[in-house]
This record gives sequence, C-alpha cells and structure tokens, in this order.
Amino acid sequence: MSNELSRASEIIESYDCDQSNLIAIMQEIQAAYKYLSEEVLTLIAEKLNIGTAKVYSVATFYENFSLEAKGRHVIKVCAGTACHVRKSQPIYDAIYEYLGLSGKKKTSADGLFTLETVACLGACGLSPVMTIDGEVHAKMTPEAALALLEEIRGKEAAEA
Amino acid sequence: MNRTKLTRESFHVFQANARNALKQSEQVTSVLICAGTGCIAGGSMKIYENIKAECEKRGLAVYVGLKHDTDEEKSLHVKMSGCHGFCEMGPLVHIEPMGVMYIHVQPEDCHEIIEKTVLGGEIIDRLVYHLDGVAYPRQEDIPFYKRQHRVVLENCGRSDAEDIEEYIAKGGYEAFEKALFEMTGEEICKTVIDSGLRGRGGGGFPAGRKWEGARKQNAPQKYIVCNGDEGDPGAFMDRSVMEGNPHSVLEGMMIAGLAVGSDSGYIYVRAEYPLAVNRLKTAIAKAEAYGLLGDHIMGTDFSFHIHVNKGAGAFVCGEGSALTASIEGNRGMPRVKPPRTIEHGLWAEPTVLNNVETFANVPLIVRNGVDWYRSIGTKNSPGTKAFALTGNVENTGLIEVPMGTTIREVVFDIGGGIRNGKKFKAVQIGGPSGGATTASREHLDLPLDFDSLKSIGAMIGSGGLVVMDEDTCMVETARFFMEFTQKESCGKCVPCREGTKRMLEILNRIVDNKGTLEDLDLLEELADTISHTALCGLGQSACKPVQSTLKYFREEYLAHVVDHHCPICNKEKPHPTIDADKCKGCGKCRKNCPMEAISGAPKQVHIIDSEKCINCGACVTNCPFGAIAAAKEG
Repeated sequence: MSNELSRASEIIESYDCDQSNLIAIMQEIQAAYKYLSEEVLTLIAEKLNIGTAKVYSVATFYENFSLEAKGRHVIKVCAGTACHVRKSQPIYDAIYEYLGLSGKKKTSADGLFTLETVACLGACGLSPVMTIDGEVHAKMTPEAALALLEEIRGKEAAEA
Repeated sequence: MNRTKLTRESFHVFQANARNALKQSEQVTSVLICAGTGCIAGGSMKIYENIKAECEKRGLAVYVGLKHDTDEEKSLHVKMSGCHGFCEMGPLVHIEPMGVMYIHVQPEDCHEIIEKTVLGGEIIDRLVYHLDGVAYPRQEDIPFYKRQHRVVLENCGRSDAEDIEEYIAKGGYEAFEKALFEMTGEEICKTVIDSGLRGRGGGGFPAGRKWEGARKQNAPQKYIVCNGDEGDPGAFMDRSVMEGNPHSVLEGMMIAGLAVGSDSGYIYVRAEYPLAVNRLKTAIAKAEAYGLLGDHIMGTDFSFHIHVNKGAGAFVCGEGSALTASIEGNRGMPRVKPPRTIEHGLWAEPTVLNNVETFANVPLIVRNGVDWYRSIGTKNSPGTKAFALTGNVENTGLIEVPMGTTIREVVFDIGGGIRNGKKFKAVQIGGPSGGATTASREHLDLPLDFDSLKSIGAMIGSGGLVVMDEDTCMVETARFFMEFTQKESCGKCVPCREGTKRMLEILNRIVDNKGTLEDLDLLEELADTISHTALCGLGQSACKPVQSTLKYFREEYLAHVVDHHCPICNKEKPHPTIDADKCKGCGKCRKNCPMEAISGAPKQVHIIDSEKCINCGACVTNCPFGAIAAAKEG
C-alpha cells in the first residue's frame, strides 16, 4: 500500500473496520485528506468488506463529503432563513464574482478558495454570517467579506 | 479521569458537598463569560483570556469550578458559561452576585471591568443595555429577559457547562437517582404521560406514550436516540442546550433508558455544531468518570452507554427513520411507516427517539413533579418552549416562554419590535416545514402552542421564529424555502423529488414576474398532491410555506403574476425607455399605448409615465425609428 493511504488505513482500523462506522470513518479521513479520493473510497470498501457502490452511495448522499480536492481555504456563506432575510445572497454573489467562479466551479483558479453555502450555522443572532476555515465571521457585508479574502490572499502571497 | 465510582450513598455525600461549595461560590464575585457559538464568534474567548490575565496582574487567584473549603486564598470566580440567549448584544459578560450584565464587551474593556466593577462595585454605563433612554444594568430587569420563563435554559448561561459538580449542586442527576432507585419503568412512563410533555421536535407527539409503547415491546435490545440534527435554518435552541447544559440531555436519556429497559443511547448532532459535539463528549466522559454512566451505575444492575454521532449534512436526517439509517452508516433515507420507530427503529430494534429539548425537560419533570410541570403553559401543551428569535427583529436570540404565550408578546415585548422602525409583516414559524403567520390581529394574539398553530396551517417545528418586516417579499420567501427543501429532498419518493422541483420552477417564474394566474392554481394543486402522497414529513410539509403564503399573502403573488411588478422585489417598476436622440416625435407610440401612459407634443421627444405603464411592449414594437428600448429584466 502506498504511503499516501496509510493514514486512511489507520483511521479505518481505529474504528475496528466496523461498517456501521462508515460515516464517522469518512468524516475523519476527509478531515485528514480534505476530500475523499477514488483510491480512498475503494480502500474503505475493501477494509469494511462492503461494495464500492455502497461506499460511493453514502459519500454522495451527504453534503459534507467532497469527492474533489477543495481550495486551501473553505468559505461557507450561511444561507439560513435568518441570514437570508438579513441579505446574505449579495455576499455570496460578491464572493462568487470576486473569485471568478462559474457554473459548477466552486474553487478559484489559483486553488486558494472554495466557496460553499451552509443551510444554517445556528448563529442566527449574528446574521448574516460566513465561515472561513470554520471560523465564524459575524454581521457580514459584501465589502467586509471581500476585505477578509483580500487579507488572506495578501498573507498567502507574502508566504509564497 | 480516574476516580471512585459513586454509589447511592456517596452520591448523596457528593451532592451535599457540591451544594455547600455552590453556596460558598455564590458568596464570591463571579464573572461569567458567554461561550455560546454566537459570543465565541464575537470574540468571547479572547475576553475570557483577558479577564484571567487582568486577574493575574493583580495577584487575584481565580477558581476553576466551584469554591471549596481548601481554596481560602482564592477570591474570584471566572467561568465560561453556555448561551445567555441575548445573542444580538454579544459578547455578553455577567457579574454575580451583583446580577450585572454587560453587552457588546470588547477585549479592551476587561481591564475596566475588573478594576471598576469587580473590585470597585461600580457599574460601567457604557457597557450596560439601554432602551429608550433607560439603563438596565441588571439582567433580570431587561425587558428581553423579564417576559421569559426559563426552565430548560435556566442553567444555560448561569453554569459552567463543563462542570458536572455544579450541575449536581443545582439538582442534576437527582431525578435520575430517584428514577433508578424508587421508580419502575411503568411509573416513569406514567409520570411522563401525566406531565403531558409533548415532543419538542415538531410533531408534538406525547413523549410518555412513545416511551410506554417502547417499554411494552418484548425485545432484548432497545435503543434511546436523541435527535440533535437541528436542521431548520433559523433555529438554534437545541444547539444551545447541548452546548450550555449537556448533562440535562444525558440525564433525560438515562431516565428514558430506565423507563423502557435500554442500555444504549445515541445522540445524533449536526456536523455544523462542533462545539455541541465537544461539550457532549466532555460531559459523557465526566459522567462516566463518576460512575453515573457506564456499567452497573451506582452499584445497580442498570448499565447505560451514550455515543455521539456527527451528522454529515443532510436535512432529511432530522426525520426519525432517516436519522437511524444514518447512525447505522447508510444513506439517510426515510422508510415507509408503519412499523413505527418504537417497534422497528435503530438496527431494527424498538427505539425511543426524542429531540434534545424533550429529553432536557424530563429530569425537571421527574424532580419537580407533574403538578409543577402542568402549572406552566396551557392545558394541552404544558411546559415551556424555547424559540430561536431571529430575522428583522431588534433583539435576536434564544428565548424560552411558557406555551401559550402570544406571538405579539414574543415579537414586540421580548423581541423589542422590528428593526430600523420598519413595519411588521409576518413571522415564519417552523422553518421550511412551517407556515407564515400574518400581521393580522388574530394571528398576533395567537397563542404559541401545538394546536393553535396547527389550526392556521403552521407548526411549532423545532422552534425557529423568523420575523419579517415590510421589505420582505413573501413570494420570494416561499421560493427560498422551496429551494431549500428541493435541495434537501433525498430523492426516494416521486412526489417530493419531482414535485418540489416543479414547484420551485413555477415559483422562480413567478418571482421573475413571468408567471400567470394559472400558475397559482397549479401550485395549489401540486402542494395538495405532494402533502398527501410524499413518503416522509419533509415532503409532506415541504409545501406549507407556499400554501400559507398563498392563503395569507395572495396579493403579493398577484402583484407578481398580474402586475408583473412586485413593489418589494422590483423597487423600480420596469418600463420601456425612449431614447431622446432617436425619437422624432411621430406620436405613433402615444396612439398605440393602451394605458395612455405616453405623452408628448408632435415633433417633440415623448416620455413614458412609469406609474401608468404596464410594460406591455406595444410602444417598442410600434416605434418606426427603434427609439424605444424594452424594459430591462429584473
């Protein structure tokens, strides 16, 4: 087995290769690898002794699983009701345009950002909210959101 | 964490000591920093660090946990608490025993808080909540809190969520101990039935009857499942309970385990609530360390284990059979019922499935008795209900009121009315599965309880209350909810999979002002079919927002389909425009306009009166010089 898969293998074994833990296993692997590759899905199926189709069906059912590599930073704009009525859509649109996204393409060309929506973060009191890499940013406006992205871009450029 | 497991006797000793410690702790000044998701996002962790640093600078020794006899030299209690509820004003800092609450606290305020308030007993006016020129330094006087009746949330915001000793000092695990040693399963079920506790997850099914049903099942293995998959956008009550008072959820589940004869519980939490997952796991580990969870609890034959499962982002998993399928590691798809979950639930075994708030009510009922519980709320909906009050309202946050409180009290007295002086339009209750109520008098005075809401086509749902002002278009709102449900439809049954898609297409068309009157009939017909034929609750209730807005806000639909112009969505009414450079003043447009909206003298540039114009386009096609541009889309 390649080195790349050894971490995934360890994770599966830490759950005793029990198929009822399929979702937890995939969550942990995705946390480590950022996404679920075809190789990883095949490995899970083999180790849990279930069909690849079953693993694929579960991986594609849940919103949180990604079969494609994501950008370095994941932005989630909340599209819950409270954020919606306090105008979260313009924030999403502004970021979408800023990152030059189109159609199904949710990751910017430089691989730096992936833009997603989330149904509700449960921080409705602070709406509209968005998260960048899990950190919540409250009371957003399109301008403030773009300023945050500019800042990250600047930092990344300085490090590169 | 290795410590001796508690027996019944040592639990009593521990409890007495904890109470004593709590009493002592109440003598010293406590600084409580809200560590709910909202305040953490506002920077409350930094405030916690700063407060501690400020204390260190002054040589003030700080407690973690309660004050004990051995801690003579320590003089200040600093703790992170659960959600205080007043999220709009966060980050919140609470100082006891003064009862002072500071709002919008910034890290740089910490120095002043310690110096002036904690050491000097002086109130910092700048950090106090003000309303209409009146300052409200004490939390209990603030109108937002005054009208509330906090039972389930009482300890959220007052206790250190991670401290099991404090929970026990405040009566925690007393109900479980009573149930374990003094009650039979049948008696527990009877208590819950008599209390009239109804499921807080939406349907309002009597919890005790569910328990009794599962108890009577003859099966060696049964399960207790807690639904913490709070997926309704705009709702965060369960999140706050799991974060702020996790032990109350565990205790409720343990009592359910005793009642039905189960040794295994699962809590299914949304992946979007990482803090809730952590707090629950910490609480489980602590309860296990004390021997309150695990094998042979308090030396008896009763064993109970609780597992935490993280959801993976599927709204449909809030539905019982989909949730259990997800715990089993499958696609979270609902199945046809019957058999019901109490007969055929998790791993095909009898299962009690309740939501977080329902379980959190149980210890209170067992401890304080049925009569106490029934004294709160209404006859058919006893107790309180937590609501997440959000949207265009002044005071957003988490509230708890007795069942039967009116919408008016919630929106205007607790919520403080509408933001920015706008007019109230509607309240959306129950998320994508609920309906919109209107601003009409009868609806504003409608009591919030299971049956009253059902009577107007809404439902309590999990308790999301989204307030909408006059700038919210109800058609667009209905479209928003339909888009949500459509996206979350699992695809198993045709009515929901195809029906919601068609409804969304129609709604999109209407919002774009391209709909027709027939579309409204079609929407009603589809809604009727889907709600009667969909497999699960998600599909059956998916049409409620459309149905209720069609009923109560029909004029807004008519604006879209008849006038092709919504005064809210399209601020500027679309109309063709005449290019002054190209117009020769021939008058052909004026003569062809059915609304007499065009005026102008011969050989002069003509103008269109946007008020009269219905955007029919006759002028555009009739202009021989191509001088009239059609209205822009949108």
